[in-house]
Amino acid sequence: METVKLTIDNKHIEVPKGTTILQAAKQAGINIPSLCYMNLPHLDQEHKPGSCRVCLVEIPGKRTLVPACVIKCTEGMEVLTHSMRALNARRTVVELLLSDHPKDCLICPSSGNCELQKLSITMGIREISTVEHAAVSTYRKDASPALLRDMDKCVMCRSCETVCNEIQTVGALSAINRGFMAVVAPAFEQDLTDSPCTFCGQCVAVCPTGALTAVDNTSHVMRALADPNKYVVVQTAPAVRVALGEEFGYQPGTPVTGKMVAALRALGFNKVYDTDFAADLTIMEEGSELLDRITRYLNGDKSVRLPILTSCCPAWVNFFETNYPDMLDVPSTARSPQQMFGSIAKTYMADKLGVKRENMVVVSVMPCIAKKYECQREEFKVDGDPDVDYSLTTRELAHLIKIGNIDFQSLKDEDYDRHMGESTGAAVIFGATGGVIEAAARTAYELFTGKKLEKVDFEELRGLEGIRTATVDFNGTPIHIGIAHTLGNARKLLDGIKQGMYNFHAIEIMACPGGCIGGAGQPLHRGTDVALKARMAALYKEDFNMPIRKSHENSEIIELYEKFLGKPLSEKSHKLLHTHYFSHPKQ
Amino acid sequence: MYKMQLLVCGGTGCRASASAKIVEKLNESLKAHGLDEDAQVVTTGCFGFCEKGPIVKVIPDNTFYTEVQPEDAEEIVAEHILKGRKVGRLLYENPETQEHVSDSKHMGFYQKQMRIALKNCGVIDPENIDEYIARDGYSALAQVISDLTPQQAIDLLKQSGLRGRGGAGFPTGLKWEITSKFTSDQKYVVCNADEGDPGAFMDRSILEGDPNAVIEAMAICGYCIGANKGLIYIRAEYPLAIRRLRIAIQQARDYGLLGDNILGTDFSFDMELRYGAGAFVCGEETALIASMEGNRGEPRVKPPFPAEDGYLHKPTVVNNVETFANVPVIFLKGPEWFSSIGTEKSKGTKVFALAGKINNVGLIEVPMGITLREIIYEIGGGIKNGKKFKAVQTGGPSGGCLTEKHLDTPIDFDSLVAAGSMMGSGGMIVMDEDDCMVSIAKFYLEFIVEESCGKCTPCRVGNKRMLEILEKICKGKGSMEDLDHLRNFANVIKDTALCGLGQTSPNPVLSTLDNFYDEYLAHVKDKKCYAKKCKDLATYTIIPEVCTGCTVCAKNCPVEAITGERRQPHFINQDKCIRCGVCYTKCKFNAILVQ
Repeated sequence: METVKLTIDNKHIEVPKGTTILQAAKQAGINIPSLCYMNLPHLDQEHKPGSCRVCLVEIPGKRTLVPACVIKCTEGMEVLTHSMRALNARRTVVELLLSDHPKDCLICPSSGNCELQKLSITMGIREISTVEHAAVSTYRKDASPALLRDMDKCVMCRSCETVCNEIQTVGALSAINRGFMAVVAPAFEQDLTDSPCTFCGQCVAVCPTGALTAVDNTSHVMRALADPNKYVVVQTAPAVRVALGEEFGYQPGTPVTGKMVAALRALGFNKVYDTDFAADLTIMEEGSELLDRITRYLNGDKSVRLPILTSCCPAWVNFFETNYPDMLDVPSTARSPQQMFGSIAKTYMADKLGVKRENMVVVSVMPCIAKKYECQREEFKVDGDPDVDYSLTTRELAHLIKIGNIDFQSLKDEDYDRHMGESTGAAVIFGATGGVIEAAARTAYELFTGKKLEKVDFEELRGLEGIRTATVDFNGTPIHIGIAHTLGNARKLLDGIKQGMYNFHAIEIMACPGGCIGGAGQPLHRGTDVALKARMAALYKEDFNMPIRKSHENSEIIELYEKFLGKPLSEKSHKLLHTHYFSHPKQ
Repeated sequence: MYKMQLLVCGGTGCRASASAKIVEKLNESLKAHGLDEDAQVVTTGCFGFCEKGPIVKVIPDNTFYTEVQPEDAEEIVAEHILKGRKVGRLLYENPETQEHVSDSKHMGFYQKQMRIALKNCGVIDPENIDEYIARDGYSALAQVISDLTPQQAIDLLKQSGLRGRGGAGFPTGLKWEITSKFTSDQKYVVCNADEGDPGAFMDRSILEGDPNAVIEAMAICGYCIGANKGLIYIRAEYPLAIRRLRIAIQQARDYGLLGDNILGTDFSFDMELRYGAGAFVCGEETALIASMEGNRGEPRVKPPFPAEDGYLHKPTVVNNVETFANVPVIFLKGPEWFSSIGTEKSKGTKVFALAGKINNVGLIEVPMGITLREIIYEIGGGIKNGKKFKAVQTGGPSGGCLTEKHLDTPIDFDSLVAAGSMMGSGGMIVMDEDDCMVSIAKFYLEFIVEESCGKCTPCRVGNKRMLEILEKICKGKGSMEDLDHLRNFANVIKDTALCGLGQTSPNPVLSTLDNFYDEYLAHVKDKKCYAKKCKDLATYTIIPEVCTGCTVCAKNCPVEAITGERRQPHFINQDKCIRCGVCYTKCKFNAILVQ
C-alpha cells in the first residue's frame, strides 16, 4: 500500500495515501473537533461537506486554514491543529454557531447529547462576541405524530439531508433558503406530514443538536400509570433489551431483559409483556401467508403475487405506500408485532384479565420512531380507541426509569408476565436485519415439509451487507430470499425486481441500518457501527440460548390459537391481525 | 457594396436609451433620401462609452456621435450622409478645451485603452458570423486543429502568460494542461458567464458584441483538453446576450464550425446554453457546476478541482467569458505579442466596468500595468462635479477600497491583492468625498449577506454578525470593542470560509478599516459621519440668523420636534428629532444646518 509521511502537531506519522487529516490525526492520538462530519462506514457513506469549519487546521504557508475532514494527507505535509491561528478561528466559528442558536440548553431535548454543546464545553466558551440582540434565524416549528422539527437549532451540518436522500432515498429533506436563513426542510417548507417522509427517524439519529427530535410520550405514560382507573400494560420490542443498558453505563450489546422487566414493574405497569410474543404470532400469520402463496404458486396459480414482502417495519410500509402504490397487494397483510400485540391485548387479554377495553392502556417500548406514527393510524383503532395507545422509544424508557428514581444496575432480573410474555429465539432475532425472514423460514420449513428442521441457524441470511440474497432448501424446493435494510437498499431491490433482475419468493425489508437494532429510537450512536454490531451479536446469542427457537412451538401462541383465534389466517385472525395498505396515506 | 456604414450601439445600455428606435429612424431617413443602397445601418455591440450613449459611429470617416436621440436620425442622414457635413452638436466635446472631437481616437476616454477582448465590440454586427469571419474569425480554430497538436497549442497559450479573468487569475494554459492530462470518456468546456457583480457588465458586453470569439475559443479549448462538449452558463437576466449567443451558435453550426468533424478534421465539438437564476455564488466554479447539474448552487471544498472532478464528475475546464475572448487573438498574433503587453506576471489587457462618481462611466479595456490614476483621470475624465477623489473599489462586492496612496500603483492581479483588494472580474467603482466609507463597507456586506449560499458557518453567520456591527456603528452606537470584533470576524472569515466568495467577503471591511480607520473612529468615538451619509448621526439645527419664522418646518415635522413663534427663529428639540430630514428639504431659506 502506498503511504505518505507527514507531521501533525510535530508528531511524525505515516498513513495510507488518501487518508484525510482528520483520520490521520485520530490514528496519532489527536482528536480534532468536528461537527458536520459523519462517517457511516457500514453504509458506505462518508458525509463531509466541509461546511461547519470546526475541524480547520493550519498548514503553514497555505493561504487559508483547511478542513481536516476533507483534505487528504500529502507527503511532507505539516499540520498544526492547535496553533493560535487555528484555535482562534475554531473558537470564533463555534461562537458564531452559538450566536445563531437558541440558548435554552437547560430544557432542550438534546441537552447532554448535543454535539454543539459538547464543543462549547470543550472549548470553555463563556461569552459570545456579538452585538447585543444579534439576530437569530428562526423558522416555523413542525410537529408530526413521530418527529419534531425545531430548525432554530439547525447548524446546517446537513447530515439529515444525506441520510434522507443518499441512504434512505426518501428525499423529504433538503436545504432551502440562502445565507443566514438557509436551513434544511421539506420542499417549500411544507410539514413533514405532507412530505414523502416515512418517519424512519434516521435524521433524528444523526442530528447533532436538538433540531430534529422524536415526539416525547413519557408524560402521557406517567399520567396513565398514575390513574387508578387505568390498567396499563407494556410490551417491549426485541431490539430494546440489547440497547437499553447503554443508557445506564453498560457496554453496547449487553442484554438487560430481566432488569428492564423489573424496572417496568417498579414503574407501576400492571402487566409487563413482550413484543417477542407478538413476533412469534407474526410468524404464524405471515409464515402461513407465505406458505399459502408459495403453495398456490407452485400449483400453477398465476394470480399469486410473489415475492411476498414483510410488513413489520412501519417506515417501510410508509415508503412503499408513497413510492410503490402499484404494489400495494404485494406485501404481507400481516400487521406488525406492535399492532398484533395491541389488538390481542385489548381483546383476548382484556377478557382474560377482566379489564374493559376503554380502561386498558397499551404502551409499547420500541427502538423506533415510526412506531409512534403507526399506532396512530386509523385502521389500528376500534371506534377511535387505538390498539396501542403510546409508543415509547428505548431512550424514553431509560428516561422514565431515571424519573422513577430506579437504580437500574442494582435491579434483580424478573420475568415477563404470563399469556403474552413467552417467546422463542425466532422472535428475538426480529430485531436484526434478516431476523424476520429467518424466523419465518424456521416455521415455514416445518409446516411446508412436515419435517423437523435440524439446523435452526440460517447463517446465510445474517450480516450487515445492505442487500443480501440466499436460497433456502425446503426439502428439494429452493426458496429464494432477498433481504434489504435501509430504504435506499429497499428501493434498489424493488426496482431490480420490477426490471426482472431478481426472482424471489420472499423479501424482508427494514428501514433502519442493521434493522431495528439501528432504529432511531435507540441510544444514539451517531455514526459508529460498533454499537450496531454488538447489539446484533447479542440478539443472536439470546436466540442461541433460548430453549425454544421456533415460533410455532411457543406454548402461549399455541394456547392463543386454541382458545381464541382458531388457526392462522382464520377469519378472526384476519380481523385482528391483518391490515391493508393505502396509496396516499398522508392525504 | 455600401459606401458608408452607420454603426449603432446595440448593447443593453444604449438599447435601454432607444438605440433600436434610432436604427429604425436611420433606415427610414436613408430610404426617404434614396440612400438605402449607399449606406447601411449596422447594430453592433457595446462601444464602451456608456456615459455618452447612445452612440452612432459613421464609417469610413470614423465620426463618433454621442447621446444620439431617435429624432436626430434625420439630421445625421440629411447632413452627414447626404451632404458630408458632420452634425456638430452631436459630437463629443472635450471637457477641457470645449472643442468638438469627431474621431474617437482623439478622445481621452479611448486614448489609453487597448482593445483585445473587446476588439470586435462596436465594430461588427454580432448577429452576422460573416462579419466575424471577415475579421479573421475562426482562423485561429482552423489553424489550431489542423496544424497543432493539443499540447503544442497549450504550450503556446502558456507562453502567452494569459491568466483567468474571472477573479483569481489562475494561468489559463496551465488549467487546460492539467485538464488535458486526466483521462476520461467525457470532458467538458464550461464558459462562466454568470456575471454577478453589481454594476459590472464586461462579460455581457463581450457576449453581446462578439459572441463568436467565445465560441471559437471554447472549441479551441475543447481540442486542447479532449472535450467535445461545451456549456455556457449564463444568467437568464441577459436576454440579449442569450439571443446573440443562440444566433452565433446556430450560424457556426451551419458553417460547420461547430458539430461533427469541424473543417474536415477528426475534431468534433458542440455546445449548449445553461441558464443561471441569478445567484451570485453560482459564479464560483464548483457552485456553477452544481447548479448546472440541477443541484442547489453552492460551492464545495477544493481539491479536487474541476479539472479532475467537474461537471457530472468529469474533467472540466471552467473559464470566464473574457478569458475565452482573449484566446483566438493569441493564436493569431502569437504568444510573444500577447506577453509583450502588461506587467511581468500579468499579461495582456483587462476590461473594467468603470462606474460611480466619475465623468466617463463605461466599459474600458486597458493594458495591465496601467495606474489607477490614468484610468480615473485620463480615461474616466476625473471625478464628477469637481469633487475630491476618496477611494476606488475594485473587484466587485468582495474587493477592497483603495485610496489616494494607491493611485500610482500599476494595476495587475498581484499588486491589487498586495494592496488589499483584488482584480475580481473587473468592477471599478469610484467614490468621492461625499461617500461614507463605513456605509460603503456596510453596503457591500449587505450584498454578501444577501448572496451567501449559507453552506459554511463563517459566511452564513459571520458576515451577518459583521453587518450587525456595521449597522450599530452607523447608528452611532458602536464601541471600540465592536471594532475589535469586526476586525477579528473579518480576519477569521477570510481564513475560514469555504469558497472564494466567502474568503474575500471581508475585503471591503478590512480595506476600509485599514485605509479609513479615522472614519470608523469618527463614527464610534465622536458619533459623527462627516460625509453626512449616516442619517442617525446627523444633527439638524436651525440657524437663527437665517430663519424667517415662516413655520413651514414646524408644520411639516412629523414628530413636532420644531417649536417657535411666527416670524421668530425656530428651534429643533434634539430629543424629539428623528432625523428624517423633512425640515431640511422643506426650508426655503437654507436655515437648516446638518452636521
